[in-house]
Amino acid sequence: MKTLDGHNHPYIPNSQPEIKKEMMREIGIKNIDELYADIPEKYRLKKPLNLPEALSEFEVKRQIETLLSKNKTNSDMPTFLGAGCWPHYVPAVVKEIVQRSEFLTAYTPYQPEISQGMLQALFEYQSMICELTGMDVANSSVYDWASALGEAARMATRITGRSEVLIPRIIHRERAATLQVYGESAGIKIQQLAYNEESGQINLEDLKSKISDRTAAVYIENPHYLGFIETQVDEIAKEAHAHGALFIVGVDPTSLGILKPPGEYDADIVIGEAQPLGNATNFGGPLLGMFACRDDMNLIRQMPGRIIGLTTTIDGSKQGFCMALQTREQHIRREKATSNICSNEALCAVASAVYMALLGPQGIRELGETIMYKANYAMRLLSEIEGVKTPIFKSAHFKEFTVNFDSAGKSVKEVHKKLLQNRIHGGKDISKEFPELGETAVYCVTEVHSKEEIERLAEVLKKVLGGR
Amino acid sequence: MFKQANWNEPVIFDLGRNGRRGHVLPKVEEEVKNAVGVLSAVLPKNMRRTSQFRLPELSEVEVVRHFIRLSEMNYGVDSGLYPLGSCTMKYNPKINEQLASMPTMGMLHPYQDESTVQGILEILYRLERWLAEITGTHEVCLHPSAGAHGEFLGTLLMRAYHKFNGKSEKRSEVIIPDSAHGTNPASAAMAGFNVVVVPSDDEGCVSLGALKAAVSERTAGLMLTNPNTLGIFERNIDEIARIIHEAGGLLYYDGANLNPILGKARPGDMGFDIVHMNIHKTFSTPHGGGGPGAGPVGVSEELAKFLPVPRIVFDGACYRLDYDSPHSIGKIRSFYGNTAVLLKAYAYILSLGFEGLKEAAEVSALNANYLMKKLRGIKGLTLPYDCEKPRKHECVFSAKPLKNETSVSALNIAKRLLDYGLHAPTIYFPLIVEEALMIEPTETFEKEELDRFAEAVRKTCEEAYRNPEMVLKAPHNTAISRLDEVKTSHPRTMALSWRMYLKKSK
Repeated sequence: MKTLDGHNHPYIPNSQPEIKKEMMREIGIKNIDELYADIPEKYRLKKPLNLPEALSEFEVKRQIETLLSKNKTNSDMPTFLGAGCWPHYVPAVVKEIVQRSEFLTAYTPYQPEISQGMLQALFEYQSMICELTGMDVANSSVYDWASALGEAARMATRITGRSEVLIPRIIHRERAATLQVYGESAGIKIQQLAYNEESGQINLEDLKSKISDRTAAVYIENPHYLGFIETQVDEIAKEAHAHGALFIVGVDPTSLGILKPPGEYDADIVIGEAQPLGNATNFGGPLLGMFACRDDMNLIRQMPGRIIGLTTTIDGSKQGFCMALQTREQHIRREKATSNICSNEALCAVASAVYMALLGPQGIRELGETIMYKANYAMRLLSEIEGVKTPIFKSAHFKEFTVNFDSAGKSVKEVHKKLLQNRIHGGKDISKEFPELGETAVYCVTEVHSKEEIERLAEVLKKVLGGR
Repeated sequence: MFKQANWNEPVIFDLGRNGRRGHVLPKVEEEVKNAVGVLSAVLPKNMRRTSQFRLPELSEVEVVRHFIRLSEMNYGVDSGLYPLGSCTMKYNPKINEQLASMPTMGMLHPYQDESTVQGILEILYRLERWLAEITGTHEVCLHPSAGAHGEFLGTLLMRAYHKFNGKSEKRSEVIIPDSAHGTNPASAAMAGFNVVVVPSDDEGCVSLGALKAAVSERTAGLMLTNPNTLGIFERNIDEIARIIHEAGGLLYYDGANLNPILGKARPGDMGFDIVHMNIHKTFSTPHGGGGPGAGPVGVSEELAKFLPVPRIVFDGACYRLDYDSPHSIGKIRSFYGNTAVLLKAYAYILSLGFEGLKEAAEVSALNANYLMKKLRGIKGLTLPYDCEKPRKHECVFSAKPLKNETSVSALNIAKRLLDYGLHAPTIYFPLIVEEALMIEPTETFEKEELDRFAEAVRKTCEEAYRNPEMVLKAPHNTAISRLDEVKTSHPRTMALSWRMYLKKSK
């Protein structure tokens, strides 16, 4: 490497010319290219890659910091975006633990004896997710909520031998699109369930007319994508089970301190997004897909992903942890595996475990209460503004709610542009996703939004809608 | 000798005391409470949680101590050699962690107005161009969350391509060599294909005769790792590409082993139509004990129109997210990929530059061949396939003779190596080598650490002949001794959560 001037690159100790020579002598070659002699001549790259030259650490830092400084964050402008990726405070302890290099720089714990730390932390994550959701078994993560939905639908079709999946009409566009792709290659047919126009709740009549002995699963989300709480959970569960279908529920785990967990209304599989528990928004990735099910071998054997189990040493003298049920997985079962997933979001799961441990049951309850108070406060303030209708649906809302500008005669786009000029970032524009809901956005308020920020939003919105 | 920490740390549910807390949330102002009223009036009665849930109750101090102790019972690349074959466990630069944890990265929301995220879009856009250049592909999609997710996307692209050409019904088979990673057949099956396995020849490469016999009008494509899982370059790649393309199939490159050919050769030039990369392998981002990773996919010009949406586009002034792509397969996850991970890859490429990437490749091959040389001749081990042929990033030994002579298996060697403060190689893979030890040192480790590893393997084999009982009972120096892995998979003893454990131990 010319730029190194006879020294090694800091990351590559053996790039020192003297060492290379020594090692080549040992191997019995004179030139490194002898190791590449079997690559056909015509495929050997003759010219250097068209990439930048190496920079020093300081230069790398300066360049990336400069680029990133073009971004604006919620510290520049209160931001009311959620919709599948939510801003929550990440305690300092969480950041500290996930930067521990023994966790950070480890591979998947294939050798459990030297990886007990990671295994135990993941087991604790699984166990805490079970406590929150009221389920018995959780895996150590899938990529995100959307892919969890895809995997859950496939799992349901494997278990039931059926191919239809019913989902709500009000669902995140990205989750529906991901389900479509995961489902299509498994021959899954997806049907949407209408909602009650007044309340937004699942239209039970529509459910009854669409469910049949071809239905593999009924899927609902709680809270719904647009923030309101589904209350007909018992009826939906009963309907699903009466037809031999599985009941899958998607959740935002920050609600589960105050909201009845799906395990208490007969869910068979629970999925969701655990990013809000200790992980930053990171421009939408990494996320943390939750995946849990009941203690039923028919379900457990079909579950995708890594699962960590509690066991003992061979002599039985001590408790320990290792990967369980590996015969479901791709490295053993190959094309007959329950999924191809191997690398998942393990370190994000550890972050969530630390977060849940810090908050404890009382903290998780208070988190839910704080969010619900603040979101409902915001809804109340905004609803007093002329030209704003919020929420659209008459149901209880948790941390997100719809804000409609139809009566102001303005589009979400123009309103949000004006907000941004006032250094406020509005919620997600859903006017294209749900044209029937008019000029509507979904706003998100969590514990990180102060009363002052919420009030400023109301003030500016009033000005924007009223003023000319 | 090495001795790993052993804290006998209880499961977190057995720590703490009722009422203890480790974090305090911001207060809800009285005015807010008064305006909203009691929550129990807002929350529908049948949906309120009334049940207790058993999260631990700990102070911040105890939470920190618990997880620090757990971390001390774990081993990472920063601890020492981690020669897991096909996993490319290289050094994870510290500066990249710092950059990825900046608020101007971490606090970004994916749905922010494009005008407020120009910096990150520019980084991702450039990274796409760089990865396309490195792999010799036309366009790169950063969405997949991991290598296997990239494979899933890749096989879905095969489907989309054949469907576009009106042949999706017919093109039902994906051909995969018997030396392939397990994810390949699993991914192909997930995308709805039947898997056809082709055997390797005497030199450990795809058997051309078998490949010719396997292709037909049903062939959708071939998934190939090159260099393969024996560390051997598929010298007949030209012929392989011709056979597949003439049969109307697509050529898929499993990028798990891309590291040794960075800047030396490019999959796109060899005729691969679809290429996935493992960012957490080749591009140095930490594996985090099982993710988050990232598995971008590069494709030829012909396939670019099928990539997931949105695509990042640049109009000369601004970066935008473009959803207008009528032939796109759709989405395989939410948003745009594991962005915080991808940022680290961007920093890594900058830190190495074009020369440094090539240097990394060459030294990874140098290290692998050096270790191969040092390990050859150790009694009990053999080197299957052509011994004189150079390997690339990894080499695969067989412990079959040792097992026959001493009953010490590849598994036992792996466990004993842990006692020396080293991570074990990948074992029992590839499937075509009995008692396989698959060793990938990467460019990260200095000669002295490689020597230490070679010496530990030699000693372990000697111990196997001298005192097999001791090796069979290894490891002795790790946090815990050999675990009963069968117990965790048997319905009667299976404990996959704390509540399941409590239920069963009653």
